[in-house]
Amino acid sequence: MTSDDLTRLTITEASRLLRLGSISSADLVTAHVDRIERLDKHVKAYLRFTPELWEKQAEEADRRIRQGDAPALAGIPLAVKDVLCVRGVETTAGSQILRGFKPPYTGTAVGRLFEAGAVMLGVTNCDEFAMGSSTENSGYFPTRNPWDLQRVPGGSSGGSAAAVASGEAMIALGTDTGGSIRQPAALCGVVGMKPTYGRVSRYGLIAFASSLDQIGPFARSVDDAAIVLSLMSGLDPLDATSSDRPGMEVLNNFGAGVKGMRLGVPREYYDVKGIEPGVKDAIDAALFILRQAGAEIVDVSLPHTDYGLAAYYIIAPAECSSNLARFDGVRYGLSEIDAPNITEEYLQTRRNGFGTEVRRRVMLGTYALSSGYYDAYYLKAQKVRTLIKRDFDQAFQKCDAIVSATSPTVAFPIGAKTQDPLSMYLCDVLTLGGNLAGLPGISVPCGTADGLPVGLQVLGPQWGENVVLRVARAYEEASEMKAEVAGVV
Amino acid sequence: MSSWEVVIGMEVHVQPKTKSKMFCGCSIAGLNEPPNTHVCEICLGMPGVLPVPNKAAVEACIKTALALSCEIPQHTKFDRKNYMYPDLPKGYQISQYDLPMSVNGYLEVGASRVRIRRVHLEEDTGKLIHAGDKLHKASESYVDLNRAGVPLMEIVSEPDLRSADQARDYAMELRALLRAIGASEADMEKGQLRAEPNISIRRVGSQELGVKTELKNINSFRALHRAILYEVDRQQQALESGRAVVQETRGWDETEQRTFSQRSKEFAEDYRYFPEPDIPPLELDRAWIEELRRALPELPSVRRARLLDQLPAAQVAVIGADRDLADLYETAVAKGAPALATANWIVNEVAPTGKLMSGEYLAELIDLLQQGAVTRDQAREVHLESVETGRTPAEIVAEHGYSQVSDPSELRVLAEAVIDANPKAAADYRSGKKQAMQALMADLRKRAPQANPKVANELLLKLLA
Repeated sequence: MTSDDLTRLTITEASRLLRLGSISSADLVTAHVDRIERLDKHVKAYLRFTPELWEKQAEEADRRIRQGDAPALAGIPLAVKDVLCVRGVETTAGSQILRGFKPPYTGTAVGRLFEAGAVMLGVTNCDEFAMGSSTENSGYFPTRNPWDLQRVPGGSSGGSAAAVASGEAMIALGTDTGGSIRQPAALCGVVGMKPTYGRVSRYGLIAFASSLDQIGPFARSVDDAAIVLSLMSGLDPLDATSSDRPGMEVLNNFGAGVKGMRLGVPREYYDVKGIEPGVKDAIDAALFILRQAGAEIVDVSLPHTDYGLAAYYIIAPAECSSNLARFDGVRYGLSEIDAPNITEEYLQTRRNGFGTEVRRRVMLGTYALSSGYYDAYYLKAQKVRTLIKRDFDQAFQKCDAIVSATSPTVAFPIGAKTQDPLSMYLCDVLTLGGNLAGLPGISVPCGTADGLPVGLQVLGPQWGENVVLRVARAYEEASEMKAEVAGVV
Repeated sequence: MSSWEVVIGMEVHVQPKTKSKMFCGCSIAGLNEPPNTHVCEICLGMPGVLPVPNKAAVEACIKTALALSCEIPQHTKFDRKNYMYPDLPKGYQISQYDLPMSVNGYLEVGASRVRIRRVHLEEDTGKLIHAGDKLHKASESYVDLNRAGVPLMEIVSEPDLRSADQARDYAMELRALLRAIGASEADMEKGQLRAEPNISIRRVGSQELGVKTELKNINSFRALHRAILYEVDRQQQALESGRAVVQETRGWDETEQRTFSQRSKEFAEDYRYFPEPDIPPLELDRAWIEELRRALPELPSVRRARLLDQLPAAQVAVIGADRDLADLYETAVAKGAPALATANWIVNEVAPTGKLMSGEYLAELIDLLQQGAVTRDQAREVHLESVETGRTPAEIVAEHGYSQVSDPSELRVLAEAVIDANPKAAADYRSGKKQAMQALMADLRKRAPQANPKVANELLLKLLA
């Protein structure tokens, strides 16, 4: 088995080889680091690497494998999005304002994967504070799509998606506030899952929009995504919004296939404005495969879809305007300490530390929450959010899960949308409803259009991760469209 | 002077009795320790942290609300109050805006009922230390976040108070209540109870409220009283000389005994309140609330009414205002101590010194005092020593010989009685048998063990000479 072969494995395959003693965790790390050294100068998935961690963790994994008490992810190479705090590892949320910031603690989800034996390779690039759909808003550099280096990987978790797609990591963590896991997963041809709000603790996730953010996995198979999700789920006393439902329930019956399941196709999603014909063709093909596998495809409606984007772009900026107030230069990160007074220090620190899109959203959100505008914007948006939840509730009366494209388009050229924020916002039109309603969703590869990956999105009812995974797995099996590793160059 | 009516509403911040901060596990013991030693990533507002409400603080707030006869709505939630200041690590304070923990209560202050608008929970800010005198002149400022995230209950009254006296009485009554129910130590000097009166004046008979000022930096009940008197006078002088009262926050300067302008509220800050997304709305368990209600101890007003059946108003005013004093009084009386004597002792000796002893010991001490076994001065010393050493008053009295009677005029009667009762021994002594004195002294000690033997002996010698 060549070194590159080791970077094509899934967790299931790698764990078997590790337990057989055919390979060691150190071998896996070396294979990935070799590949990173060859490819990442093109892809630029990573912001920084964590050799101290991978050495220590791989050694520990090999020791435990030898002793026969290897935990579920022993030796599995993991990449972590730059918004998830890891003790002692520079974590910057893709922003210059946090350059040099090393958290004094490790967040819950990452900590649970470390306990499960994962080996952290490094920190992946993302849009600044997870605000964006192309990773071009990174405060450092844009990441490129491994399938076409002239194109974006999607975002905001573009670095994580690209790392998994290019074989620079076996699994990765991302965060999804409006589609930031599912959309880059679709554009990079990998599996990406956003859990039900409250399934995974947000402790250690540098907040963008607290009521929408969720941490989730990237992987190259549905099984891998399911394993990673199950291991990081469950009650966390440090997150009051985390659920006490057992993490393992996400795996309930998820291998049962789709025979007899009713899959809803929302007409507002199927015919969404701006959907590319190639994407639509791929989705039609996917629906055919699912029907062949025994699912019943039913027509459903999400009538308030049109208002979702507007509501999202009020609620998310409103929360972000408050969440980002702590970046004031007083305690950590960039500090324009030479300013003549405290007000000027705030202004200079934040002007110099935040990028354009972050400043735009902070201003939008501040405006939406201001006295005299609150009712017209924030409160109205919350009402729309309730209507969108109700849409989904009603749709799930008629079906077990919802299927659609993840993104209306395939990966677009770098720079194509940077001058037009609205067109960028439209990237998330099919995913952000799931965040507003707090529902679980997954994107799995479903073929290509113009040679670029297309993603199939499956959305489930609240706490219905097992339903979502069941549909995704059945599709993966029936379509034989396992995520492939991009050749890159 | 009489043509003006004073209108005062009180905002009181109280630190509930908890072990840890409002949203993290940091201990709140020893907050005056070196700066930034009681902090963690949560109360420092590090990126990625989340707040988890402290159940003990919620419980203290509910108990307070119940004791103030407030309604406890079915739904309550936390909100973010957004403003940037270096002592506020997150750039927002977690507080409660439109769905507070409780509303519409009241507190009986003397003969009047002061309406309580709301009692809610929030978190404290940190502290700034400026190098140099004043903020705008300081060359450097330091941030101490030990206090950041400490729980606070905010108790807001309606503008029902009409004088500085009444405002002070309200604050004292509130303190007594908080202590009685164990919700807070409510020590003003330690900043556990911070009273901020909102003061305005209006022409007697007017129904409209005047322009108000809010006073801060008040560290004692006396300061509260004086600050209000000063502020009322200042407003009155302004209005009578044709000037306007400006709506603003004013600080109380304890050394100069005056208020000074701190912050104008002409351009009210927009706090952009919105529901705290990191904390789900609280659905308080009604059964739990009823349990807390049942477990509430007797409230000071009720207790005071009961005490008034036993004691004069002057004593009740002191004893009824402090849970510890009232407890001491009642246990001592239950042990058989006489009511008034016990009350007087507490008012004169315990209240001013704060030296609390157990009710049982106090009953013993009062008994010794009433028997005449010790003088008042001696009893005071016995009291202090008992508090310091924990030993019983009787033990201390015996050890020090405080119970000895040394007054010759008192002992003379005794000595005469002994001589009368022992004619033979007296005669023997007079006839030169000096050892007969031993029998006389033995009888004397038997009759009065507390007699000072030296003085008694001298008296016998004198009487037999």
